[in-house]
Amino acid sequence: MSLVTRWFRNVLKQLRHISGDDAYERYMQHHQHCHGAQTLLDRRAFYLAEQQRKWNGIKRCC
Amino acid sequence: MPVNACLDIQKVRGSSLDGLRNSCDAAAGSCLSEASTAPIMAARSALGLHIYISCRQARTLLRCVACDLICVYCVVTELTKNNAMTKIFWSMIALLGAFAIGGIAVLRGEQINSLWIVVAGICIYMLGYRFYSAWIAAKILTIDATRMTPAERNNNGRDFVPTNKWIVFGHHFAAIAGPGPLIGPTLAVQFGYLPGALWILVGAVVTGCVQDMMVLFISMRRNGRSLGQMARDELGPVGGYAAMIGTLMIMIILIAVLGLVVVNAMKHSPWATFTVVMTLPIAVLIGFYLRNIRPGRVLEASLIGVSLLLAAVVGGGALHAYPAVFNAFDFNGLPLAWGIIAYGLVAAVLPVWLLLAPRDYLSTFLKLGTIGLLMIAVIVVHPVLKMPAITQFVDGTGPVFAGKVFPFLFITIACGVISGFHSLVASGTTPKLLTSESDIRLVGYGSMALESCVAVAALIAAALLDPGVYFAINSPAGIVGALPVDAVAKISNDWHFPVTVDQMQALATQMGETTLFARTGGAPSLAVGMASILSSAFGQGLLAVWYHFAIMFEAVFILTTLDAGTRVGRFMLQDFLGHVWKPMSDTSWYPSILISSTLIVAGWGYFLYIGVIDPNGGVNILWPLFGIANQMLAAIALCVVTGILVKQGKLKFAWVTAVPLAWLAIVTSTAAFEKIFSTQPRIGFLAAANAMTDKLAAGTLPAAQIAVAPQLIFNQRLDAVLAGFFTVLLWVIILDTVRVCWRASSGASVLPCSETAYVARAN
Repeated sequence: MSLVTRWFRNVLKQLRHISGDDAYERYMQHHQHCHGAQTLLDRRAFYLAEQQRKWNGIKRCC
Repeated sequence: MPVNACLDIQKVRGSSLDGLRNSCDAAAGSCLSEASTAPIMAARSALGLHIYISCRQARTLLRCVACDLICVYCVVTELTKNNAMTKIFWSMIALLGAFAIGGIAVLRGEQINSLWIVVAGICIYMLGYRFYSAWIAAKILTIDATRMTPAERNNNGRDFVPTNKWIVFGHHFAAIAGPGPLIGPTLAVQFGYLPGALWILVGAVVTGCVQDMMVLFISMRRNGRSLGQMARDELGPVGGYAAMIGTLMIMIILIAVLGLVVVNAMKHSPWATFTVVMTLPIAVLIGFYLRNIRPGRVLEASLIGVSLLLAAVVGGGALHAYPAVFNAFDFNGLPLAWGIIAYGLVAAVLPVWLLLAPRDYLSTFLKLGTIGLLMIAVIVVHPVLKMPAITQFVDGTGPVFAGKVFPFLFITIACGVISGFHSLVASGTTPKLLTSESDIRLVGYGSMALESCVAVAALIAAALLDPGVYFAINSPAGIVGALPVDAVAKISNDWHFPVTVDQMQALATQMGETTLFARTGGAPSLAVGMASILSSAFGQGLLAVWYHFAIMFEAVFILTTLDAGTRVGRFMLQDFLGHVWKPMSDTSWYPSILISSTLIVAGWGYFLYIGVIDPNGGVNILWPLFGIANQMLAAIALCVVTGILVKQGKLKFAWVTAVPLAWLAIVTSTAAFEKIFSTQPRIGFLAAANAMTDKLAAGTLPAAQIAVAPQLIFNQRLDAVLAGFFTVLLWVIILDTVRVCWRASSGASVLPCSETAYVARAN
């Protein structure tokens, strides 16, 4: 894999991470890693629950 | 290999342009991949090349600026590996910074280049970050990288998540950066660029950055507790309630003033109104996309949304061809204000996934992108500042807002220097993401320094306008007269800032507007400034599109702040009303949601309504009130931190927060006192109320104003009470802090420290 491709993939990965695009993958990973088999939320339910949680506090400023 | 790459670059100098470009990129690439002395050489070559290429073809400039930045980064990291070199490097930065600040302060009688301010800013922020924040972190906070952070202790994969520090930095910066640092400096430019520039540069590194970092730290040591909770735990119930009420009040004033900014930007501007209105269906569409079509795929949804927004900006311009549609978006201030109030009410009760969350994704994308573009453009274009260093309006007669440079400069530029609101963000979401305690320097101090850079960019964008144009845009009709001829006569003849009606008309046409006279609130003049910088950096001839892009960009995140603020206010009110009647605290019970949302919207809606009907432009009333409230909240945060420092036996270091606190207390109290008791009607609320009462009694008011005069009189008195209330609240918490500090240092009992116990990290 060339340097450029690697660099591009890395940037994309970071971009997904910072925008929260990979939130569900990280959630799945965390749960499989730490809590074993458990009833997990599906992608949509997770997204909705996250929005509800995020916007319950002060998240944006002047 | 990189050494060869450098040599190659030397060879290709003078060959084809494509070859040069490729070599430039290669140099940057080798810079990043290799850690040796080679990067310095590569960097040097690339810098040389950059100058060469930029002479040959301006279009490649941007690419090479990016390349240069990478190279400068490489040189810095290379130099800082060596101790002696480090000292030389930082001495050079200090000298350069001192030289630039000296230049700004000394150069008079000629127009100076904005590069002076940019260089001074970069040097000061670097020095502040490298030395002051490191000293605070090591000596005062004694941050401990072996200590587990809340994210590690409570990792739940959702709100408590150990996250890479640069990503936390991005999130935190996106959260604190709002319209405040863009609008405050724009308004304060009426004093000239110098007072604002000095306050932003010096104030941020010793007050705002310190506040943000300290609050982030104390919240991190307390499991991410909120400022109000920490005030209650550490100072007692008085501090806790003061923080809570202060937060609610500031929220209401903030939303009102931001609403006013949007109304003034959309007033009689069909293009801007169309674009802003279009953001709503686009956000809803993205909301459905993220919920139903591709759940949680934020990145692609944002890309689609941002493309649609850009299409809406361009499409708004095409509306000129359809007069019927175009005129349908032409509104007076009042209907727009009612529209925003109705919108706020609806948005507060809608589920977050439908409007708030998707629009926030779009606004964050736009915000980071545009701020990045603006800062690059300011450096690339480095325009000459046409505004004088100091104008005659430091005497308090300024048209944009009334009041002398002291104290009003220091409450007008709040967010770009120190903002109490940041302490609410720094205590809550962000501390739950930190992986290591040592990350608080970058996240707390660093992101505030960057926010301050945004303020510098906004200041430059406003100061590059012809002073006459700046005042024509920002002076309300109540001061300069409603007719363009009167306004121009007043500004050119009385204030000696030449401007003509034709010049303003030509500018308005260029920007795709019908008029730019009396477009108060800061957003239009900022948009004109941004449009001229961005268009000279990224494409001449697109002035009108850039102007409306800038308006849309401000409106999008103002509306997000408006929704989010109303929601948070609603939760706080529900919590509060729950003490009175239990069912009210149920945040999902519809009657409670409706009642509390209506109360909050009525609160800010009232101030917005009055601001719109006030002929002197509500900015003169609302912005100082907002500044006082924001600085008061900052003072509360500093009180909590100072109290904690003293309780932990760090009295000798307490000046780090006590001095900014004292300064804020002086500034806020003086400003509030003047706003209440000044005998000049434009400054003092009571004087204004009395003057209008007299005019009403004598029958000298114009017919149009008689109907609204009683409302304006009542509002001025209410504002006086409000400013007085803020001051009392501030001093209550300061005295409470002094009480706690005195008890702590004399050995009397105080509330125990609420810090969580030390747990060692696994590795």
